[in-house]
Amino acid sequence: MMPRATSRRSFLRGGSLGLAALSTFDGRRAFSAESARLGFANGERPLVRYPGKRALIEQTVRPPQLETPFSVYDEGVLTPNDAFFVRYHLAGVPLSIDPEAFRLEVRGHVETPLSLSLEALKRDFEPVEIVAVNQCSGNSRGFVEPRVGGGQFGHGAMGNARWRGVALKTLLEKAGPKPGAQSIAFNGLDSPVAPETPDFMKALDLGHAGDGEVMLAYAMNGEDLPWLNGYPLRLVVPGCYGTYWVKHLNDIEVLDSGFSGFWMSTAYRIPDNDCVCVAPGAPKTTTRPIKRLNVRSFMTRPAEDAKVAAHVAFEVRGIAFDGGHGIEAVLLSADDGASWAAARLGDDLGRYSFREWRTELSLRPGVHHLKCRAANRVGQSQPLAALWNHAGYMRNVVETVRIEAV
Amino acid sequence: MQRIRKRLIAAAATALLTSPSLCAAETLTYSLPEETATALRAGPGQETAQNNCAACHSVDYIERQPPKMGHAFWEGVVKKMIASYHAQIDETDAAAIVDYLAATY
Repeated sequence: MMPRATSRRSFLRGGSLGLAALSTFDGRRAFSAESARLGFANGERPLVRYPGKRALIEQTVRPPQLETPFSVYDEGVLTPNDAFFVRYHLAGVPLSIDPEAFRLEVRGHVETPLSLSLEALKRDFEPVEIVAVNQCSGNSRGFVEPRVGGGQFGHGAMGNARWRGVALKTLLEKAGPKPGAQSIAFNGLDSPVAPETPDFMKALDLGHAGDGEVMLAYAMNGEDLPWLNGYPLRLVVPGCYGTYWVKHLNDIEVLDSGFSGFWMSTAYRIPDNDCVCVAPGAPKTTTRPIKRLNVRSFMTRPAEDAKVAAHVAFEVRGIAFDGGHGIEAVLLSADDGASWAAARLGDDLGRYSFREWRTELSLRPGVHHLKCRAANRVGQSQPLAALWNHAGYMRNVVETVRIEAV
Repeated sequence: MQRIRKRLIAAAATALLTSPSLCAAETLTYSLPEETATALRAGPGQETAQNNCAACHSVDYIERQPPKMGHAFWEGVVKKMIASYHAQIDETDAAAIVDYLAATY
């Protein structure tokens, strides 16, 4: 993660690093040394290198939004820091931080306001660790049909990391919420361009914030947080969508009311029903804030359009995750969903982590459509046909990978 | 500029290599790549759209939307920018931007 002079170059157009990064790409997702194809109309994207990051899929430049190439998820169950996706809302990205002067404020409706340095957070509080998936609410939005506006991501707006930091519960106990405390608002160092634009802030109710699992992470996979993933401190809300994981976190305010900010009350809302869906194009109905991840599974190998040898056993593998109940089973179908067989689950890194799965197949010659479908420990699973909502949130349809046995 | 960058890289490297308690008392910085490919597609209203939209975000936000989403879609987007994000766009410009986006993207 050490910055190198070469990584300061703005964009790597071609070149050996780009080619190396692309060596494991399949034909559909990348067709040259400088771009990727995400598999939907207008899904062509350049690959770009930012300081501290390997070649990633460029979604937007200002503010930066970078998607993880899908092949990364086949490298291991933890997403490397230099490959972890980046998503900002507002172009006022902090570009200068003094780690000694940095302070986290815990204030508002509390008995004892706190102002804590990074050193104090690391020194004075028992560290906690959790492996958890951070997934963007709009991950896979580009595949939504009929298409919807917003960030047109493929499947790479997700990542799984080992987060280390301080439990928010511990900080709240030290600050002492006053009677009547209801919710906690979180703000980071990023800011809007126009002062009138609502600053990016999120909130949790007091019970959730103090559940012992919500934490403030200063380290990710054993290293300082990458700058673009929220250095030096970010909120980690295990099991919940990335929108809550406020980056560059420096302000925690305890409120004696609910939080009415734009990013909770207007943005990041989902249909207030069980399926989180409406008929495509239907009028908008009652909504609620997005919250927990639904069940998803992905095949990371073989890749889309891969060719395998007919009548020879080969490995099929991937990842599955949910919002914290834990994955119970992953089923695989090699006949487009007509029959299903259980895959073997890999090591359990905790109920908020990616769970690896694998199995073997041997196929007759021809084109085959492989599907994977996960279920969690409370019986929730993935729909066989995609559900739709206006914002393209929470897509979790069973994915299909086309391969050919020759 | 190059000299400053080198110093900042050195500061960042030092901080990342040492334990927190030994962190150099220096401000760390991050250099975002320069923005390239910044022009919207040619067409009537392109300049109005460019001047207003690019004030707050890069125009790839527009380029990467699904193709041919139509007038109502772009009208919704521009309205959201004004009502929710408080973009300072007057009515005449807003209408021109919607027409341009609907016709061009």
